[in-house]
Amino acid sequence: MRNLRKIAAVILAIAMVFALAACGSGGGAASTDTAADNADTSAKYRTLDEIKADGEINIGVFSDKNPFGYVDENGEYQGYDVYFANRIGEDLGVKVNFVSTEAANRIEYLQTGKVDVILANFTVTPERAEEVDFALPYMNVALGVVSPDSRVITSLDELTADDEVIVISGTTAETYLTENNPEIKLQKYDTYANAKNALENGNAAAWANDNTEVIAYALQNPGYTVGIPTLGSNDTIAPAVTKGNDTLLKWLNDEIVALGQENFFHTDYEETLVGTYGTEYEESLVVESGNVAK
Amino acid sequence: MPDLGLDVLFKGKNMLRLLGGLWVAVRISLISVALSIPLGILLGIVMTFKNPITKTVTRIYLEFIRIMPQLVLLFIVFFSSTRTLGWDISGELASVIVFTAWGTAEMGDLVRGALISIPKHQYESASALALSPSQTYFYIIIPQTVRRLIPLSINLVTRMIKTTSLILMIGVVEVLKVAQQIIEANRMSSPNAAFGIYLVVLIMYFMICWPISMLARYLEKKWR
Repeated sequence: MRNLRKIAAVILAIAMVFALAACGSGGGAASTDTAADNADTSAKYRTLDEIKADGEINIGVFSDKNPFGYVDENGEYQGYDVYFANRIGEDLGVKVNFVSTEAANRIEYLQTGKVDVILANFTVTPERAEEVDFALPYMNVALGVVSPDSRVITSLDELTADDEVIVISGTTAETYLTENNPEIKLQKYDTYANAKNALENGNAAAWANDNTEVIAYALQNPGYTVGIPTLGSNDTIAPAVTKGNDTLLKWLNDEIVALGQENFFHTDYEETLVGTYGTEYEESLVVESGNVAK
Repeated sequence: MPDLGLDVLFKGKNMLRLLGGLWVAVRISLISVALSIPLGILLGIVMTFKNPITKTVTRIYLEFIRIMPQLVLLFIVFFSSTRTLGWDISGELASVIVFTAWGTAEMGDLVRGALISIPKHQYESASALALSPSQTYFYIIIPQTVRRLIPLSINLVTRMIKTTSLILMIGVVEVLKVAQQIIEANRMSSPNAAFGIYLVVLIMYFMICWPISMLARYLEKKWR
């Protein structure tokens, strides 16, 4: 009797699989047809008109990088990038669908057209520019150096042969100092927390990291000052679209230039970043109308 | 008691969001398990056939799925299907496809192993009693196989549940991603939240996987 029940279960399970498989192939056939249509036009992206016609735009943002793109306690996307994304939706007259992206899959998302725009703290580099099209920049990033108030390092020349500088392994700060100032002795840590402890214990003269990180650190920890707010090459952060999506790229560039008229990114900074970075660095971080101060 | 930053869980809808994320992970693994167990049993039976063609095909399938890291499979299904075939499938569907393919392959191999572990004299005794091959399978072999399979397949199910943490890479916001979002959103106000939230996630995974292990133990005893 027990065996019979088991057999019934197996037969039922098999029947279920076939039923599901049938549903699956039915749906599959339909989607293949539309896929073929898309493949004909070789469109891996939606043009500006298509986005407007669909009434919604997919924007890839970080969902865990406070204060640039994160999700608040009510499940709403917030942050500097998100503020801009919402404005894009408003000016295009479409609904914004936020897609949670990771640093490692941002380019894939654009190349497959699964998002129309990436606004995820995307630093412009020549390597990336071969894969995607960047619009005009809306923010600066560079390296920064923070040191204790008792001896503020305002230039790398002030470091003596005995001084060491803290870096986090694998960051641009480590690469930059190793390449350009090989004479500086580095103390390498794997995590942010360890590097922070090392600086607070006085293990080293200074800590080099992304300038946004060191600025935020100095603001939260009295007794430390960012002596060098920008070091090395000044990189920019810009929206990116799928390579070849010229209509959307042109619209974004026009939008960024137009928003410069109303100092939109300053407002954005004041709404989203001022709590983390203070007002002192507003001018050095924000880029309006894509005009990067050289 | 050290400050674990657990207060952030009670801000806004954070706890509900975390549970919602858990449900996404559990739903995807349950659908995949429900599909891969029957498919895996079929595959396992096919794998025991002496036919060289089925042997080669199933072997290639199994080894391909087993060698590929799950993350690579997720990327292939989610991104490459759009690139090469133009299919725009959702992250959740891609996850179900990958987990089902993986579960079927692993389950198939477990079933194959369990089937060939049944001593030959069971088959011979059955045919001596004039049972047909299908009767032999249903009355003699499968009942014995199922019992041997339980601990192995439960192990697979719990592994699948835990591996859902990878699907955040294809944009599916499941429990671990929600946890990271909550921790990062409160990075400044509660720097200790990481520990507390990850602890809660650990307890959540445990509460899902533990009853499954208990059920397995119960079934194993009952069907002995």
